[in-house]
Parts: sequence; structure tokens; C-alpha cells
Amino acid sequence: MDAATLKKKLKGLGFDFFTGVPCSLLGGIIEALGDEYIPAVREDTALGIAAGAYLGGKKPCVLMQNSGLGYSLNVLTSLNMIYDIPLLMLVTFRGFEGKDAPEHLIMGKHCVGLVEAFGIPNKVPSGGKDDLDAALIEAGMEIAKGKPYCIFIKEDTLE
Amino acid sequence: MIMREAITKLISLVKDEYVVCANGFISRDTFNAEDRPRNFYMLGSMGQASSIGLGFAMARPDKKVVVFDGDGNLLMNLGILTMISKIKPRNLVHVVLDNECYDSTGGQPTISSHIDLAQVAEGCGIKNIIRKESGEDIAPAFKDCLQKEGPSFILLKVERDPQERVPRVNIAPPEIAKRFRNG
Repeated sequence: MDAATLKKKLKGLGFDFFTGVPCSLLGGIIEALGDEYIPAVREDTALGIAAGAYLGGKKPCVLMQNSGLGYSLNVLTSLNMIYDIPLLMLVTFRGFEGKDAPEHLIMGKHCVGLVEAFGIPNKVPSGGKDDLDAALIEAGMEIAKGKPYCIFIKEDTLE
Repeated sequence: MIMREAITKLISLVKDEYVVCANGFISRDTFNAEDRPRNFYMLGSMGQASSIGLGFAMARPDKKVVVFDGDGNLLMNLGILTMISKIKPRNLVHVVLDNECYDSTGGQPTISSHIDLAQVAEGCGIKNIIRKESGEDIAPAFKDCLQKEGPSFILLKVERDPQERVPRVNIAPPEIAKRFRNG
């Protein structure tokens, strides 16, 4: 899926507050979002800001690399998940199938298991456009129930 | 002035503003001093009260937001000062109650006795900077910040009460969020 289409779909689902920390795989969507994307200093800070935006009536989406999942876990478990503060997380899947720089390999091996272990609904869409579409629709349903939802973005997910 | 007295004073000056409270005794003291739907009690996610306040301030530019932060909390998320400086939310008042310790875990020292957090905020370029020693009257400066254009940063030095025994917040977290969001 190209960045402009993803932006359109996110907007169509009602997402209206975007923050995060970049990954090279997110370059296109961050550029497409332009001034609507608020650069955060850390991933947990991005989640905190997104939670505040939700409390102010927004529907937030946080973008990050999976290296930021570690920082994020305390906020997810002790803020989002206990207060029913939902958000969409677009998390790049660095280290997928062990093919990446060394710093990504361990997180790449375990990131899906990590969010599974904490009971965070998630999806790893394959390269096809329809698969990301399906994940976004499922995300919308989980978010309506007050849950965080994590979509892992692989190298072939976004153009 | 001990922190509980400072919080009791500050919350008595708040009218229709939204107040985001950091975890530990800051939330507990605020809850026990004056519970109101527009108080958000952060129970975990240490460091993030300032982030929540910033996000809320951006989402609701028509409403004034006050953060009751702590020194340990701010030191854990110091980068937020750079974001507040960059984003310049006019409706944000960031109060740091600095007792130079991690109070609710037993009073272990933070390093804020060596670091002037108001100078850090000033160095980041935050618009209004106030620094008050323990015992100084905070009311006029706080009331002024509630009125004027922000962002404002208030460092209020306070003392720890070693006998602090206030009850915990007894509202379920989803209810805290719901009433704040609907407030």
C-alpha cells in the first residue's frame, strides 16, 4: 500500500492525532502526514501524549520502530490497558525472519510474542494490500472496545 | 511546606481547569484534598503525566490544563520539556512539586537537589518560568499562570512528610478516564 492510500484509510477510520518516533520504513507515511505528525522524543512519551489526546476527544495513532516496544510496555500495561485508553500502533517489523542489522535481530525474533504475552491484539499483514486493509478494519473494532491495537509493518507492507 | 499542604492550596485555586496528577503521593494527595471529575489520577506509567497533559492541551486548545508533576517523574521524562517548548501549548501550566525524593517508595533521594529543574525548563525555552522555595506563597503566581498565555512552568520546592499516610485513589481507572474525558 502506498503512503497516500494509508493516510486516506487512517483518516477514513477516524484517526486524527498522529505522533511517534520514526523508522526508515515509516518515512513515506510520516511525509504524507506532514504537519499532522507530531515528532516525539521517545516512544513511551508518544504513547503518553496520545493518551492525553484521547482523553481530549481525539483518536490517536502512534508510529514507531519495534525497538521502541520495550520503552512502550510500561505505558501500555499501566496506562492504556488499565484505563481502557485505546490507540492504533503502527510498529515496523525490523529483524523480520532474522534478516536485518544485528541490533534488530532479537527484538525481531520476539516482538510479536511480546505483544501477545501482554494480550495486546495485533496483526502482521503480508505484503498484499488487502491484508493491511483487513488489519486496519480489525484494529478499528478493537479500538472501539477501548483496546490498543498493534499492526506490524514489514518491509513489503508499505511502498 | 509539606507537599500535601501545597497540593491542597493549589487545587483550591483551580476552577474549571483540567488537572493531570503524576503517580504516587501527588495523585493520592490531590484525590484526598479535592476529588473532581476533571482530575486525572495517573496510577502507573511514571513520567508520563506531563505527556498526558501536553496531549490533552493539544487536543483541547479551548481548555486550560494543569499538570501536577513530581521531580522524580520529570527526571524520568525530561525530554518532554523540549516538546512543550517546541509545541508551545498556550493552555498548559506544568507545576513540578519538587520534594527531592521518590516519596511513595520510601523517600529515596532523586538528584533534583543538585539540578535546578526551573533552569532546565528555561534552557529548553519554555515561555513562563516560576521558581518558588518551600514556604513561599505560590497562590499569586499560580493564579496568574491560570490566566495568562502559556506554556508555564512552575517549580515549587516542597518538603516530604515522613508520616504521610493518605489513602489510595479508590476510583477504578476506566472510570477516572471516562469522567475526565466527559468532563
